Amino acid sequence: MSEYTLSGARTALRDGSVSARELIDAALDRAAKTEAELHAFLTLDHDGARLAADAADAEFAAGRDAGPLQGIPVAVKDNMVTRGIETTAASQILAGYVPPYDATAVARLKEQNAVIVGKTNMDEFAMGSSTENSAFGSSRNPWHTDRVPGGSSGGSAIAVAAGSAIVGLGSDTGGSIRQPAALCGVVGMKPTYGLVSRYGLIAFASSLDQIGPLTRTVEDSVTALEALAGHDPLDATSYRGDRPDFRTGLDGGVAGLRIGVVRELSGEGFDADVETAFRRTVDLLSEAGAEIVEVSLPSMETSLSAYYLIAPAECSANLARFDGVRYGSRHDGATVEEMMTATRADGFGQEVIRRILLGTYALSAGYYDAFYGQAQKVRTLVIRDFESAYRRVDALVSPTAPTTAFEIGSKTQDPLSMYLSDVCTIPSNLAGDPAISVPVGCDGDGLPIGFQIMAPALGEAVMFRVAHTVEQLVGFEQRPPMLEVWA
Amino acid sequence: MSWEPVIGIEVHVELKTNSKMFCGCRADFGAAPNTNICPVCLALPGALPVPNEQAIEWIVRIGLALNCTIAPESIFHRKNYFYADLPKNYQISQYDQPVCTTGHLDVDLDGETTRVAINRVHQEEDTGKSIHVGGGGRIHSAEATLLDFNRAGVPLVEIVSEPDIHSPAQARAYAQQLRSLVESLGVSDAKLEEGSMRFDANVSIRPTGDEELGAKVEVKNMNSFRSLERALAYEIDRQTEVRESGRRIPQETRHWDEAAGITQSMRSKEGSSDYRYFAEPDLVPIVISEERREEIRATLPELPHERIARYVESGLDPHAASVLVSGEMGLGALFEEAVQNGADPKQVANWLTGETTAYLRKRETTIERTALTAAHLVQMTGMLTEGRLSSSAAKDVLAGVLEGEGSPEDVAAARDLIQMSDTGAIESAVDSVLASNPDALEKLRGGDMKPFGFLVGQVMRATGGKADPKVVNEILRDRAAR
Repeated sequence: MSEYTLSGARTALRDGSVSARELIDAALDRAAKTEAELHAFLTLDHDGARLAADAADAEFAAGRDAGPLQGIPVAVKDNMVTRGIETTAASQILAGYVPPYDATAVARLKEQNAVIVGKTNMDEFAMGSSTENSAFGSSRNPWHTDRVPGGSSGGSAIAVAAGSAIVGLGSDTGGSIRQPAALCGVVGMKPTYGLVSRYGLIAFASSLDQIGPLTRTVEDSVTALEALAGHDPLDATSYRGDRPDFRTGLDGGVAGLRIGVVRELSGEGFDADVETAFRRTVDLLSEAGAEIVEVSLPSMETSLSAYYLIAPAECSANLARFDGVRYGSRHDGATVEEMMTATRADGFGQEVIRRILLGTYALSAGYYDAFYGQAQKVRTLVIRDFESAYRRVDALVSPTAPTTAFEIGSKTQDPLSMYLSDVCTIPSNLAGDPAISVPVGCDGDGLPIGFQIMAPALGEAVMFRVAHTVEQLVGFEQRPPMLEVWA
Repeated sequence: MSWEPVIGIEVHVELKTNSKMFCGCRADFGAAPNTNICPVCLALPGALPVPNEQAIEWIVRIGLALNCTIAPESIFHRKNYFYADLPKNYQISQYDQPVCTTGHLDVDLDGETTRVAINRVHQEEDTGKSIHVGGGGRIHSAEATLLDFNRAGVPLVEIVSEPDIHSPAQARAYAQQLRSLVESLGVSDAKLEEGSMRFDANVSIRPTGDEELGAKVEVKNMNSFRSLERALAYEIDRQTEVRESGRRIPQETRHWDEAAGITQSMRSKEGSSDYRYFAEPDLVPIVISEERREEIRATLPELPHERIARYVESGLDPHAASVLVSGEMGLGALFEEAVQNGADPKQVANWLTGETTAYLRKRETTIERTALTAAHLVQMTGMLTEGRLSSSAAKDVLAGVLEGEGSPEDVAAARDLIQMSDTGAIESAVDSVLASNPDALEKLRGGDMKPFGFLVGQVMRATGGKADPKVVNEILRDRAAR
């Protein structure tokens, strides 16, 4: 029962073969069996989830249907605020903080009678690629518990992969949905910037952050995005146009499409097994009728550096509000300044402090032009590179991450090698474009490999179309080996 | 050596929009602490700002009234600094792309007009309020600090002048005229005492004739036009003294101490904080099309200089017109209303700029705190025209009205100041005076006018001073001619 896809559960709920209550009980049961090993959740809302499931069943019984998410167990990353449920963004500084309001994405789930299982573990304030930066302990990869699940939306990826949720909500600032999706063998997509409201998403880097779904299939990703996307008057950067049609042509295949392989996103630093799986998938697309062209995007090579100036700069201001004055943990001091300093020094983890310092420095008088100013110029170049590429191709493809899941602790002392995990995913955030990761195989250690499809802004339909084709061509059927034990 | 003061003024104006700059909370003054707050203005995790359209329209109004260029596209920046009453620990403000740039205000002072250039007018948000408890209310000695976030996020417009001002009096005139401009636009209460209008001044001095500017001292905490003028006069004297003794003026911020009448060093600008401005990523650019700009221009009300011109045209002298429109007493609205209700403009202007202003000065109060209304002015000037009140009695009546003793009719009755203009009554008083003074009447009839004044005095005495002297004169002449 825990292995339902969204579309499978959606049908089963409506033909009466399963109830929302049964789905949530199965999800909570799976969480109970796996949490000690995987630690996907920071908070499990047993009571609230069962109440919501019963309410969804009552709606079905009354013949009311709020859409495809009605009665579906959803795991929500802990950087989206939930009214009445502790929300910490995996930071000590917010330990015990219970928000008085729901993020718009959460409100949408509730309006559509989805069932929120709980709040998932993550890298503190979404800063990291392994979920090891959580103040409340690392999460583990369900495929191999000595390995990281990726991050920062590691908990949501695990929940979907391990069967304690059918849909996971993540946020993606530089790859935080796609990279853990790749490492956990699920589908993860980052929508066009502005499609999903950021209201109530605890900001890391405002110009890059975007909420998106983690699911078991591409079609489920489409359905989840349809449920989440839409203009929100509470987010000034929210897209104002009509919601684009994401589903058109989903089954249309790739014949006649031009697909670009990004030359810069392969080679040195990429696992051989990752490269092999990637090439094999590209060949399958070619055989299916896509025209494959190699595309060079020179700015890709500097985008990582630009990202590590822009994101920290924005975060240095975004995280300034955590000062112990109005909420969260507070450490006493003789003066307000001392209180703030002690609160922040104790409340933030090492990686968060590193990025705040980096960002503060990058914005300082005398350094701004050389760092932040220069990074913005690179960002413009990335946007131009993509624009020029999309004049020639319909979509771009690359591996999602250069490696499969690495060992826990192997990169925590080496931030730069950790940062390289996001080299393929960061460019789409800088450009504000949509991108998706689809599992396409496993490496020699049996760890999943992700394949990334990128498209121009609001080009979700073509992105999903290619992703759906890849999914069918590859026929990735593997599941974490431990699932049978947990079942 | 003679020194020339160079002054630039930054004015903060709180807009009186219904809601705050970036959220739907009420923006009004005086609510119970922390009642007008929400996730956005408290900077709860995840909350995002959405700009107030009304505020944007109003800053454009201000910019147009100040002859500024309105940017077709401008952006918000984050100004980063940590302070307990600044919820996000950054202020959403504007930096190098403000809504309005390069304008001017023509300032009248003692019959002379000088043009003060406006560098920029930009949009930002206000902070909360810190209330220091214990230790005399100063932050460093306080036992605790209480925070009220009602004001956090209230729309604030900053108007920055060029250093075109060269005397404290001119600075005061600029500030007053700016206030009346903002008030006339209907975009702010512009009340100094409530802090909805606040100013800081940058002051330096240089040898007269020099082009180069001296080290700039920022003076803060001037809460009235008078304190602005006093603080600047003090600061100019202080700087002159320092320079003449051969020392140099450090660039710094100084605090005006109203009670002591001095400025005191707050912090040195040389080691000042770096605000690390960067473009606000939570907001999109403010776009004002030419069409929209012209739409807003069309809604501009009559501006103070236009109003002064209209008053002068209707017969007021320019000084009175300017005092009514831009004077700090805020008499313009009362004047306008009284005239609209039929009072004679010149008379009302005289009573307001003369007696009323003197009264307010003497009592150190404001017109709002007195009982005087436009209806009172209409009534009083009516009584004067009808001859029921003499000019001297009117002074007493006005004083009584200002004191809250009632309407002019009430005060005049209570103080027994109604002039007798009923010809019949005066005639009988005259006749009875003449009957008791037949000699005097004889003299008049014989062409000897000497007793005339005596007889008028007798009639006035008989009527308790309430007879209209003009009428008494007429009747006496009539009797003499018989």
